[in-house]
Amino acid sequence: MIRYILNRLGQGLLVLFVLFTITFFLVDALPGNPFDKGDKALPAHVMERMKEYYGYDKPLPVRYFVRLKSLATGDLGVSSRLEGREVGEIISQAFPVSFQLGFIAMITALCIGVPLGVIAAWKKNTLMDYSAMTVAMMGICIPSFVIGPVLADYFGRTLKWLPVVDWNFYDPRYWILPALTLGLIYAAYLSRLTRAGMLETLGQDFVRTARAKGVPEKDILIRHCLRGGLIPAAAYIGPAFAGIVSGSLVIESVFAIPGLGTHFVKAIESEDEAVLTSIVLLFGSLVIIANFVSDLLGAWLNPRLRGSH
Amino acid sequence: MSQSPSISKGSSLWQDAAMRLKRNRAAVVSIYVLIFIVLICVILPFFPSLVQDPNLQELANKNASPSGEHWFGTDHLGRDIFSRVLYGGRISILVGLVTTMVSVTLGVIWGALAGFAGGRTDDTMMRIVDILYALPFLVIVILLGKIIETHTSDLTDAVVGWFTFGNTDMEKQLSVRTWVEPITTLVPLFLAIGALSWLTVSRIVRAQVQSIARLEFVEAARSLGLSQVKILFRHILPNAIGPIIVYTTLTIPGVMLFEATLSFLGLGVKPPNSSWGILISEGADRMSANLPLLFFPSLFFATTLFALNFLGDGLRDALDPKSSKD
Repeated sequence: MIRYILNRLGQGLLVLFVLFTITFFLVDALPGNPFDKGDKALPAHVMERMKEYYGYDKPLPVRYFVRLKSLATGDLGVSSRLEGREVGEIISQAFPVSFQLGFIAMITALCIGVPLGVIAAWKKNTLMDYSAMTVAMMGICIPSFVIGPVLADYFGRTLKWLPVVDWNFYDPRYWILPALTLGLIYAAYLSRLTRAGMLETLGQDFVRTARAKGVPEKDILIRHCLRGGLIPAAAYIGPAFAGIVSGSLVIESVFAIPGLGTHFVKAIESEDEAVLTSIVLLFGSLVIIANFVSDLLGAWLNPRLRGSH
Repeated sequence: MSQSPSISKGSSLWQDAAMRLKRNRAAVVSIYVLIFIVLICVILPFFPSLVQDPNLQELANKNASPSGEHWFGTDHLGRDIFSRVLYGGRISILVGLVTTMVSVTLGVIWGALAGFAGGRTDDTMMRIVDILYALPFLVIVILLGKIIETHTSDLTDAVVGWFTFGNTDMEKQLSVRTWVEPITTLVPLFLAIGALSWLTVSRIVRAQVQSIARLEFVEAARSLGLSQVKILFRHILPNAIGPIIVYTTLTIPGVMLFEATLSFLGLGVKPPNSSWGILISEGADRMSANLPLLFFPSLFFATTLFALNFLGDGLRDALDPKSSKD
């Protein structure tokens, strides 16, 4: 087990290294440079000082290794857009908001998607099944940037039940709409996966044996089949979390949430290398952790998988 | 998949599949819906009497409700929403199709080579796919798109020159430019999204190629002395075409959604070009003043995605009955 964890950790570091390298050179390949502020051109000596300060006076490969070394020691660098602000400071302010949003959205997706899938499989080919799956398909096909504004308009501006902009760490009323909008599409995928997984398990021989022994239908579903039926959904948690991480950029823009999204979009426009690589590495780490959790969950649900690690 | 139960009746795999597809009512309806949407988006704009110029502003007639003259009403600048939805649909559909072609081509080649080569090559190639899966797609696509954009800025001029055969007549050049430019400015989007959405296809194709490569007829082809390339492209890949079609169909809605998301963030299709994503984003901003501006583009967009997903599911059940319904 420890060997497996170390192995995964090594793989994760490799992925992060590749991720950093790709992002670093992509940012460098963007047109223009981060000190070119459009119409207000800086005097030459100021420009030179700036370049020196941010290390842009050195050639690209040197800059790459300097950056790699500072990241490896945990120093995220200094933003070139918000002159002189530490990236670590920016992230420590904005990240908790984004993370909270993503986490609540993931929980929402699981709480809606899994029960819906179980019920659809249980009531297979009934009206309930068809309506659950149609709702799921709608969740997949109607983009979050349509659902978000519509929910905000109805619950926020018409009924005035919930706030539609900003974020409050402690007040759940601020969480409901963004988390629901963000989580809905993954709830839809999860319900389809759960339904398929449950149907496959329900079709197996041991279920027939249990039925023949007279085990109540509810016990068959919950005690015998749930564990096996959840395997496909567990495998999807990693990819779903990756999607939520990206999707939160959109939701933050819809609900004007002060998370990493705005920083990210502005950093792209101003080629803020330090902020961009840091955010990408952060996202990458989250995805890696989510995939790991997803695999652990899969191994816990399906003992047959454990030997292969 | 290759052993269909009705061999005795002499029906081919494709006839079986067509029969299974026809029995799936949702898939059949989806086909008609898709044909309808594509036809009206592609053909109607050729009739100026039916569809007016999508950029024509009637400032006296802003935010008008749907009427006989403006079927879907007008937007905040007095432009006809119906014609904007059709023109936007052209761009969205074009992005969906071309990008899917890019991504499926990449995915099929990558997956087929990995599956056929096996061993270390296979390990390395699939490890690269694993790493790419961990990338935050949206981020990389945005960066990649921006970079490709700077390298394709001369593309419009080049294509215009090519189509006008060096004719320097300004008027002629301008008329060609008006329909070349919307397409060439989309190239960064095609490439950037296509470059990252081939991963699932490559995994599916690899698995298919691996299992087909073990069959006897491949052994026979090899013993006849056929080259590796010929075996892979003439004998193995045609047998994997079913799953490839299924995942091509399922890639299109994903790619279209991606384009719309990028456009919503202001990082995809650029005005004066317009796509369903841009229209939706304009509509979401002005929802309380003008609901049709959000409703109609969303309706067209969601219906198209709906139909593509149902058709993809139907095709999967028809062509690839063994695979589970995800």
